[in-house]
Amino acid sequence: MSSESQLSWLIGRLTPESFSIVKVIQNPTVNELIASGAAMVVIIGAVITISLLTYFKLWRTLWNDWLLSVDHKKIGIMYIVLALVMLARGVLEGAIMMTQHTYGLDGGFLQPDHFAELFSTHGTIMIFFVAMPFIIGVINYILPLQIGARDVSFPVLNQISLGLTTTGAALIMISLVVGDFSTGGWHNTPPYTGLAFNPGEGPDYWIWSVGLAGFGSTLTGINFAVTIYKERAPGMHLFRMPLFTWTVLCTAIIMIFAMPPLTVATFTLALDRYLDFHFFTNDLGGNMMNYVNLFWLFGHPEVYLLILPAYGIFSEVVSTFSSKRLYGYASLVYATMVIAVLSFTVWLHHFFTMGQGANVNIAFGIASMCIAVPTGVKIYDWMATMYRGRIRFTVPMIYMTGFFMMFTVGGVTGVMLANPTISFQAHNTLFLVAHFHNVIIPGVLFALLAGVSYWFPKAFGFRLNEYWGKSAALLWIVGFALAFLPLYVVGLMGMPRRSVTYTDPAFEPVLMVSLFGVIFILSALACTLIQIWVSVRDRAKTRVTVGDPWDGRSLEWSISSPPPEYNFAIIPTVTDRDEFMAAKQRGDAYKKPDQYEDIHMPTDTPIGIIICLAATILGFSLVWYIWWLAAVSFLAIPLAFIIKSFNLNTEKVITAAEIEKEHTAWLDQVNQVEPITREQETTSINHGLAVVEITS
Amino acid sequence: MSSDTLKYPGLNLGSGHGSDHNKAETKIFGFWVFLMSDLIIFGLMFATYVTMNNPMSYAGGPEPKDFINLPSAFAQTMLLLISSLTFGFAGLAIRFKQSLVRANFWLIITLLLGIGFITLELFDFVDMFEMGAKPSRSGYLSAFFGLVPLHGLHVTAGCIWILIMLIQLRVFGLNAVTKVRLLCLALFWHFLDIVWIGIFSIVYLGGVA
Repeated sequence: MSSESQLSWLIGRLTPESFSIVKVIQNPTVNELIASGAAMVVIIGAVITISLLTYFKLWRTLWNDWLLSVDHKKIGIMYIVLALVMLARGVLEGAIMMTQHTYGLDGGFLQPDHFAELFSTHGTIMIFFVAMPFIIGVINYILPLQIGARDVSFPVLNQISLGLTTTGAALIMISLVVGDFSTGGWHNTPPYTGLAFNPGEGPDYWIWSVGLAGFGSTLTGINFAVTIYKERAPGMHLFRMPLFTWTVLCTAIIMIFAMPPLTVATFTLALDRYLDFHFFTNDLGGNMMNYVNLFWLFGHPEVYLLILPAYGIFSEVVSTFSSKRLYGYASLVYATMVIAVLSFTVWLHHFFTMGQGANVNIAFGIASMCIAVPTGVKIYDWMATMYRGRIRFTVPMIYMTGFFMMFTVGGVTGVMLANPTISFQAHNTLFLVAHFHNVIIPGVLFALLAGVSYWFPKAFGFRLNEYWGKSAALLWIVGFALAFLPLYVVGLMGMPRRSVTYTDPAFEPVLMVSLFGVIFILSALACTLIQIWVSVRDRAKTRVTVGDPWDGRSLEWSISSPPPEYNFAIIPTVTDRDEFMAAKQRGDAYKKPDQYEDIHMPTDTPIGIIICLAATILGFSLVWYIWWLAAVSFLAIPLAFIIKSFNLNTEKVITAAEIEKEHTAWLDQVNQVEPITREQETTSINHGLAVVEITS
Repeated sequence: MSSDTLKYPGLNLGSGHGSDHNKAETKIFGFWVFLMSDLIIFGLMFATYVTMNNPMSYAGGPEPKDFINLPSAFAQTMLLLISSLTFGFAGLAIRFKQSLVRANFWLIITLLLGIGFITLELFDFVDMFEMGAKPSRSGYLSAFFGLVPLHGLHVTAGCIWILIMLIQLRVFGLNAVTKVRLLCLALFWHFLDIVWIGIFSIVYLGGVA
């Protein structure tokens, strides 16, 4: 064996040129500088994180209290942290693309390949590693609290799902430093991404990043659905579940049915690329239409998977901050279910122009338009909830207002695009880009940011700063409108999406408005960072440890903030849709129970982090053809499970005495603090105990 | 509600098993949901197979009738169906608290039948490769090798699972945990049987029809 073939046996197809740092030294252009600058940010970020952890001696805490934990609350927070880190990268990539657009008339500063890589990573990151983990994180934290459960049904599986999602995010981060990511868009459609046209490592990064994370999401969906079906507190039948829980149920069902098509799409593409299969190739009888059908059979339900919990968050927010029972609860439930079902009937509208007959297009066009109906029902229900309510304009309500105005525009352009004849004209233009940003940002992102403001005090025991929160919210709304609404205009003028440059000078002034909006969005992101900093600094003044800062209505507000590991000292019995509000009005919200019982909780386990590491190494070695490492890391995964299955001591007991001590201490606190009215909600005398008012 | 009510579809432990019966509920329900999700994967591979079972996707390569060995496929079907029956006997032995030896006996028979199935299937694949019916030959054969070995891999995983359960029965005996694991494994095994019926009907019988 020659030394070269020995080396390739050891490190696969890795070469010095795989590292973006090396490329910039060989060829220092702006394009390469941006690429290697991004790589440097990843490396410096990792170094800073590691040094801070070492300096503050936090490794042990991180390992014992977080990475080993199977507590749904901690897993939820880790998901959200992951999402925020990835959000920063996704927004910066968007900003670079907008800048390139503005200067794109004379070619701009980016090479076409780099631009293609940017829109591919931007889309992949924003959907799979921002929206998904953010949503799943919020659900993880809130869902068991809302239904009166101690944890999700399968806490260890939950940890493994987090591990697999992190694997996907890690691979996409590694692709900044080592090699290039795919240039095939977030859907990575063959044959362009097949071996014949794209022999590099890019599509492979996409396959393993999305494939492994997608499998984690399937498991998450199973977990959430089983939790809702099996872990509800006694008395909480389905039509007493808070609306957020309802939307999570629909989302979980969508995950169970819609993630498998993604798994099939990614793994069959992998077979094409690795084992010379011909599912989607141009030659030897491959059929690329199978890929688009498979991918969008996942891709369309996916957007409803994201938006439904967002609707759930807005439903909770609007009812709490209007001090009213949610209007039209049953119609909201039915609307959610109808959307979940219809979401599986519309995937073909992502490729109206790809050659199926007019009749097929019409069927899918009509199905797509139908979705506007239940969505409209929801908007009216929320407005009716606000009608004659005692509305407080806190941060979540500002996001809600922005959502009302902006999301409706996005919905209307969606109905336009659902019409195949319009789609033929507008497809592949920036009109479409404007549309889906218009539903995802004001819909999903605003809801998540509203949800964070709303539930943050529950998770950490203190409120977020209102001033910086409001600034961020307003900047997001204005920034979104300025950055994305102009894209409708250039889209209708004919500017194609995903093109690095253009020839029509008429696009330029409109794109400048967009770039101006980007500055607002970046300011909004900065305000959010300042908000977190200021809130942590001033936390002594905003403590709401009693747990009910907003006069909440559902069970998550009935316990201390932050909640104890076991959530509920005793599992509540539910008699009303707004159970906690009903309990407050009955006067038994803070009663000491007659007796406490031992609680069995799952023990910590390293399986999630082991799976995460093994899967990351597996993905990396497959991308670079390092077969021996792939085999080792692949075998490590079942081995870890088998070893774990021989350990039957997976439960620990928290004794009744301990629980009584903690619960009594909290009840004492309830008796000591002053209840506050809604006018005092954002002042420092809010300790999380609400004055009981008789409302509707 | 008496504890004898069915807690989930399929073979229940029943009230004779006390609290183990109640504890099994969530896990087995969850496993049913997982199987549902897995079934979608098989469903899509079936759909891919059917859409690629046409002259364009044969690409001039072998067609189903050129390589399908019906006697072998029939033997595989019989092995798998009988193995479902023997797993059923193992399940009943646990359900009605017959001796652990009996449960072990039926599990070992099931394992042997499963290994027999995989062996026959592998022989078929070797024959196909020898006559040039490889996945790299055509889109149709890619779809074939995307579907049939996927089932074979599931059966292999099931065999490994049986092996581990045999060890765990030796180490731990029958307790709340091992009972639930065996019930899940039984569901998995029967599920693969049903998928195979689909493969036998659509791929093999449909291929020679």
